[in-house]
Amino acid sequence: MTDTALLPKPSTQPGFGPVLEPSQRTDVRAKTVSAGRRRTDKVATIALWCAVLAAVVPLGAVITVLVAKGFGVVNWHFLTSDIPSVTGQTTAACRDITPAFRAKYGINCSPPAPGMGPAIVGTLISTGLAAALAIPIGILGAVYCNEIGVRTRLASAIRFFADVMIGVPSIVMGMFIYTAWVVRFGTNGRSAFAAALALACLMLPIVLRSAEEMLRLVPDELRHANLALGGRPSQGVIRVVLPAALPGLISGSLLAVARAAGETAPVLFTIGVTLSLNTSPFGENTTLAQQIFSGAKSGLPLANQLAWGAAFTLVAIVFGLSALARFVASRSSKVQKG
Amino acid sequence: MTLNGLSVFYGENLAVRDVSFGVAANRITAIIGPSGCGKSTVLRSLNRMNDLIDGCRVIGDVAYRGIDIYAPDVEAVEVRRRIGMVFQRPTPFPKSIYQNVVYGLKLAGIHDARDDRVEHALRQAALWDEVSGRLDSSALGLSGGQQQRLCIARALAVEPDVLLMDEPCSALDPIATARIEDLMAELSERLTIVIVTHNLAQAARASHDTAFLTTEVDDHGNRTGVLVEVAPTDRLFAHPIDERTEQYITGRFG
Repeated sequence: MTDTALLPKPSTQPGFGPVLEPSQRTDVRAKTVSAGRRRTDKVATIALWCAVLAAVVPLGAVITVLVAKGFGVVNWHFLTSDIPSVTGQTTAACRDITPAFRAKYGINCSPPAPGMGPAIVGTLISTGLAAALAIPIGILGAVYCNEIGVRTRLASAIRFFADVMIGVPSIVMGMFIYTAWVVRFGTNGRSAFAAALALACLMLPIVLRSAEEMLRLVPDELRHANLALGGRPSQGVIRVVLPAALPGLISGSLLAVARAAGETAPVLFTIGVTLSLNTSPFGENTTLAQQIFSGAKSGLPLANQLAWGAAFTLVAIVFGLSALARFVASRSSKVQKG
Repeated sequence: MTLNGLSVFYGENLAVRDVSFGVAANRITAIIGPSGCGKSTVLRSLNRMNDLIDGCRVIGDVAYRGIDIYAPDVEAVEVRRRIGMVFQRPTPFPKSIYQNVVYGLKLAGIHDARDDRVEHALRQAALWDEVSGRLDSSALGLSGGQQQRLCIARALAVEPDVLLMDEPCSALDPIATARIEDLMAELSERLTIVIVTHNLAQAARASHDTAFLTTEVDDHGNRTGVLVEVAPTDRLFAHPIDERTEQYITGRFG
């Protein structure tokens, strides 16, 4: 074998045994791996790369189209102005009058500029309220299930119904709030608050189950250490377990917020519709998801522009929230890990 | 502290049977014995940490300064405040070094001179010189030995009367172990220490009294821990009375 010629001569130094030639059993070089195993490795590597591509390509395509169609629409005016009416009547009326007539009476016949301000505000109000309702209740429920009543029937009932709720289609949540809340107040019942109730129903089980998983990751040793120092179990939950789980609680909650911000179905019934700004949680309102829905189905060029602009804005808001939550989580875990 | 006829059940299974011995104040008592003989179970029953285990039942009594800590009118939280515990693996909270030590003080509602108490506890645990400049950095950045000394400092900060240590050196290297043994000798001037160890040399080096437990297997294969012999450490290692003790400490069994 030519390879063995390159190996050092057997050593006679004390402490070093003679260098043995590699035998079939001890040769660790790659070429000794059987062809079958190397082939399996190649195939698995290629398959994994294909899976990565399959995941990344659609994501990239969505983002590309979104930026191409939406980015140009979004500007300061778009973010702050009321939503224009897109019935097309203005253009029909303008067809019959001369430019001179328009100038004389100051009639503006250029198509209205797209605006999405009310929907941005409505999305922030309804999602914010839903988060304020669902996140505390969800985390407290998780604390009960994992810290206080671990093996009680109530805890397993909560887990079971949370799992069922995760599977309930979001439109059913909308119907539920519509019958339980909106119809009691007639048309006045439609509001960002009603939408928030529906979204909170949607978020609650997601927050609860993810928070429970995060609490479960906190080692029992920390709970025991709290008790060994003369702490009550409740003190351990507040001072040790929740802070230790905080980064996970934040990302779980954010997942639920992002999900709620993009929901259309539960909002359709419950929020009503408006084209002008409403900063109150009560009274009819609108959200970006709802505007995407109505803009996309209308087919008019302005409506399509509105829909793409709204879609881009929505994704930007969710992305911004995620980045913020990651930042907060990484800062709090930095304090913990040093 | 006095253990009187202590038996511990886990569910139906008798883990420890009828253990009685005294723990002298201001001395270090070591509990030794083969794996699974119930050393840790006995230790955990001294400050009611067994309460946390589902299906755990304690018979007999454990008197602490004349009071049975299993009496119905005893508050387990108060017991643990006076009888601290250090675990096998270091369990620092994911917080800063300062926050770890001050934790027990916060629980106890002690507000005055916190900084001094933290410094004192860290000095007692021989950790002050290594961490005084970085009290605000995370406890998880410390080495294993430092973390364990931090846990001791954390337990000392609330000024317990008794300190229970459950194999506190089993995850540490010999140098860190030696430091903790020195520390125990110093601390025993002020408080009572009970240490579980599977390291016979450590028991011989570091303790004043030693209790030897072993395992008995009944006809159904159930393993139960029983107390074989308690004696001053020198006497127990030099002249064991029971044959089983002799076999264990000479390495012929366990």
